[in-house]
Amino acid sequence: MKRSRLKAHHSSLKRILKFIGVYKIFVLFSLVLAGITVAFTLYMPILIGNTVDHVVGKGLVDFKGLFHIFEKMVVVLLLTALSQWLMNVINNYVTYKVVKDIRTKAFRHLQQLPVGYMDQHPHGDIISRVIADIDQFSDGLLMGFTQLFTGVLTILSTLGFMLYENVTITIVVVLVTPISMLVAAFIAKKTFTMFKAQSEARGELTDLVNEMVGNQKIVKAFGYEKEAEERFVTINEKLKLCSLKATFFSSLTNPATRFVNGLVYAAVAVVGAFSVIQGVLSVGQLTCFLSYANQYTKPFNEISGVVTELQNALASASRVFELMDEQPMPSEEGLSTLEQVEGNISISHVDFSYREDQHLIEDLTVSVKKGQRIAIVGPTGCGKSTMINLLMRFYDPKKGTISIDGVDVASVTKESVRKNFGMVLQETWLKTGTIRENIAYGHEGVTEEEIIEAAKSAHAHSFIMRMPKGYDTIITEDGGNLSGGQKQLLCIARVMLCLPPMLILDEATSSIDTRTEILVQKAFEKMMEGRTSFIVAHRLSTIKEADLILVMKDGKIIEKGTHETLLEQGGFYKTLYESQFAKT
Amino acid sequence: MRKLLRFLGNYKKESILGPLFKLLEASFELFVPLVVAGIIDTGIKNQDKNYVLVMGGLLLLLGVIGLICSITAQYFAAKAAVGFGTELRNHLFAHLNRLSYQEIDEAGTATLITRMTSDINQVQSGVNLVLRLFLRSPFIVFGAMIMAFTVNVKVALVFVVTIPVLSIVVFGIMAVSMPLYKTVQARLDRITLATRETLVGVRVIRAFNQQKKEEENFEEENNRLLQLQKVVGRISGLLNPLTYSIINLGLIAVIWVGAKEVNSGVISQGEVVALTNYMSQILVELIKLANLIVTTTKAVACGNRICTVLEMKPSIEEKQTKWLEEQGDSVAVEFRHVSFAYSSMQAEALHDIHFVAKKGQTIGIIGGTGSGKSSVIHLIPRFYDRTSGQVLINGIDVKEYPNDQLREKIGIVPQKAVLFKGTIRDNMKWGKKEATDEEIQKALSIAQAGDFVKENGLDYPIQQGGKNLSGGQRQRLTIARALVKQPEILILDDSSSALDFATDAKLRKAIKEETKGMTVFLVSQRASSIRYADQILVLDDGKMAGIGTHEELLKTCNVYQEICLSQLSKEEVAR
Repeated sequence: MKRSRLKAHHSSLKRILKFIGVYKIFVLFSLVLAGITVAFTLYMPILIGNTVDHVVGKGLVDFKGLFHIFEKMVVVLLLTALSQWLMNVINNYVTYKVVKDIRTKAFRHLQQLPVGYMDQHPHGDIISRVIADIDQFSDGLLMGFTQLFTGVLTILSTLGFMLYENVTITIVVVLVTPISMLVAAFIAKKTFTMFKAQSEARGELTDLVNEMVGNQKIVKAFGYEKEAEERFVTINEKLKLCSLKATFFSSLTNPATRFVNGLVYAAVAVVGAFSVIQGVLSVGQLTCFLSYANQYTKPFNEISGVVTELQNALASASRVFELMDEQPMPSEEGLSTLEQVEGNISISHVDFSYREDQHLIEDLTVSVKKGQRIAIVGPTGCGKSTMINLLMRFYDPKKGTISIDGVDVASVTKESVRKNFGMVLQETWLKTGTIRENIAYGHEGVTEEEIIEAAKSAHAHSFIMRMPKGYDTIITEDGGNLSGGQKQLLCIARVMLCLPPMLILDEATSSIDTRTEILVQKAFEKMMEGRTSFIVAHRLSTIKEADLILVMKDGKIIEKGTHETLLEQGGFYKTLYESQFAKT
Repeated sequence: MRKLLRFLGNYKKESILGPLFKLLEASFELFVPLVVAGIIDTGIKNQDKNYVLVMGGLLLLLGVIGLICSITAQYFAAKAAVGFGTELRNHLFAHLNRLSYQEIDEAGTATLITRMTSDINQVQSGVNLVLRLFLRSPFIVFGAMIMAFTVNVKVALVFVVTIPVLSIVVFGIMAVSMPLYKTVQARLDRITLATRETLVGVRVIRAFNQQKKEEENFEEENNRLLQLQKVVGRISGLLNPLTYSIINLGLIAVIWVGAKEVNSGVISQGEVVALTNYMSQILVELIKLANLIVTTTKAVACGNRICTVLEMKPSIEEKQTKWLEEQGDSVAVEFRHVSFAYSSMQAEALHDIHFVAKKGQTIGIIGGTGSGKSSVIHLIPRFYDRTSGQVLINGIDVKEYPNDQLREKIGIVPQKAVLFKGTIRDNMKWGKKEATDEEIQKALSIAQAGDFVKENGLDYPIQQGGKNLSGGQRQRLTIARALVKQPEILILDDSSSALDFATDAKLRKAIKEETKGMTVFLVSQRASSIRYADQILVLDDGKMAGIGTHEELLKTCNVYQEICLSQLSKEEVAR
């Protein structure tokens, strides 16, 4: 398990490097700058130490030498500041560029994925991969990487500088520092289980809050408040215990490592002072060592944090790559296109199911002539959208063919098939943007007159004109400023703009008020004139007027025929029809 | 935010001791440079190894005391913060339970959940951090300055200049970049929106062959984000180099002034070293303080949001909690010229509704969306208070009833079929805590869920939100849940929409036969569901368009005719 995860991490890392590789030169430059920054930062304490040696006592101050060092210090600090700033800017640039590249690629990939992928995966999950995971990955990986690099560089060069100046003290420092890491690792290990317990308790609490607050109205209607509070207090009490432990123990890392740093500092002070007394070290060098002792241990603490960050980042990266590895739809290059058609559809021996172990549509054969109306009926949730999925080629049949005017739709591009269909779904989807943009959706360069004409035919013009900004009214994210019926009318107008020879319509069951319902009805009638139409029907009048009725139940087409023949058959359709009028 | 602090009340001792120990630790830290100065000035100068060892021991001792102090401080801070969070959580949850529908509508449940979970967590860790660090950092900054004064006044003046300059730079960069980060977040939100749209609208996008357009759109938003991020990066990238430069310039000044003082014999070499150490300490603490301020502002923002919720007052108040005596009355529910608006700002949702429902009757309510169907039934259990007129149950105004008594009478099946995590039995007992299995089974069979439960048993586990059930199954179980209560009044709020016509019909039949004497309100969009009700209330835009039986309304009520004709064919309407 651990191994395979490592392996996955390894391959993610490789792929990340590929993305970063585009900015090789920048990365290289940033590394050089990091080197410069570290070297100068470490050179500074030496300079300060030198100044101290020029300030020995009363009347013994070498002002000339001092100024000489000051000049050096100013140059060094300016160079450090400059290289640090450039490094920051370059790192930011590379990070955000890589994020943008990956995000764009992921989004592009989404457009290539079959509709089935979006149907099967929770949208929240996909969004969090494209947004949060990529962010996490950039923060952790690129920032973490530079921190790690400068950290290691700092440690190594500090050791180098110290060795150069004095071996004994360096050995003392090297011997004491591992304690700091051991302590930090020990605490991290201990707190891990506590954090896990805390997040479990938190999860439990959040679940309860989600249920009880999310359905507060039901809680009230059933007078469940007291029980809910009792349950809440119990879990909250549990959380309190876990939290206290986790918070306290995790906050120990800081004092503990600081204490070890103090140890190192004290050791350097004592051993250093002895060396000064022996005459092998100057006071200035001692101060330099003391400030090294201070900054040398810091990267150790940071590195342990960076490692966790890196792990999280890699985990996020592999989630993103998982999305990008999803099999896209096969390329359609070289396929011919379906030109303007008449609308004769023949479905022959089609088998279809969403999952392997299901059998939904088996051996379906239907032939539809130009201009006919096909009603799809059945109880809610019976899978009426399956037919839409197949006709629009959101999904492809497992077996059998669907052909339009004699052309097998699998042999032409999806785009050309879809162009010949006009679709109005019950779940109305509009883009954030103006009403005008939404009606013109998919048709660039249409004129204002055409848009208004389409809106008029869809009976949408009058309500649009009643909106404060008319066609410029902005539709908010979920279309909250429009009623369900109005949204439906806009969707109809969108199709009206350029009526294709075949239609797929979805009658609304509810959520539309009676008046609008009548308008939608009229618009539907107008659209269907002379066009081959598939209607997911809820209204009996529509059903009765259909040339063919497909009766669906549990995802399967169980009966087909006209209203009269189906009634004669006395099957499910008859029960369905009659039950609506059963006297209670 | 200040109001929230009272939840620290039970942890006064901890909230004072925590920072106090932290200050103790900081003071010990401030002694370290002086000890080092002693080593240089006395130990080294006099070649006194013993003195150096003693001072080394002192450094160690300071470290140990510091460690003990800070562990104690962390403990008290953690205890206070966690205790604070726990009490606040309990209090807020109880408060949410007391709010009435109106406040929940205004705030929105998603918001309330965020307040309850992540906001409280943020505040809790904010309190913890503040207790630990908020006094420490300024204390060290000013402590270092004061220590510098004790060593030498002239050199200390360098501190007096450096600290404000450094503060201006640190807080200035923060002040500029923080609002920019907000804009970054807003642009990121737009990218999220674009992603969500492409997922939700996948069918329409593909039907119109707009994938390329979507990509371009996304890329554009993405670029806008990148441009801004670059700007922000350039500004925030200034923080480290600038502070580094200032502190080192400060050091040069300290050494220069110090050197003069040493030359004239006022201070010693060791003291110069101590002064440079103090200068370095300041930088570290100022950066910490800046980060702390960022976290604290976030925590305070969360705290304020929680306060807003806590300040909401339930709009519905109980007149009394003592249960009322009721006389037998043949009228179950009566509306007397009732008007209602969801808030004083909004237009009336109901206007002059007037009807009488006798005990045992079935009342159908029909009308388009937004016609006020749900508003009518929400007034019966007093989820909202009407603005004028009177709602009476058994001849008594609903405002007179204690909430418990009122809601015990009424079983309601909401539009959205929600079940809770737990077994079917647990869910059924929401209606009646002490319900027996027989009672539950009976309710289930009336609700047409008998077969389903027979197959799976009452212990069948339901996942959160009832995800493992179909819409129809959920709906039937929510109906059963209301029936377990054996209420006097049953309200079905468009709650058979997921049932097929046959089941819907059977359900209505069973309710009619099995629950004698129960008054039933049946809200529906389907004419077929309510056509056999004893009375049908037709609503149009919040007003009564008619009341009567199916036959009566067909003759007299235009709206009703329209509805029937749009759903049923002419012959069926007449049949």
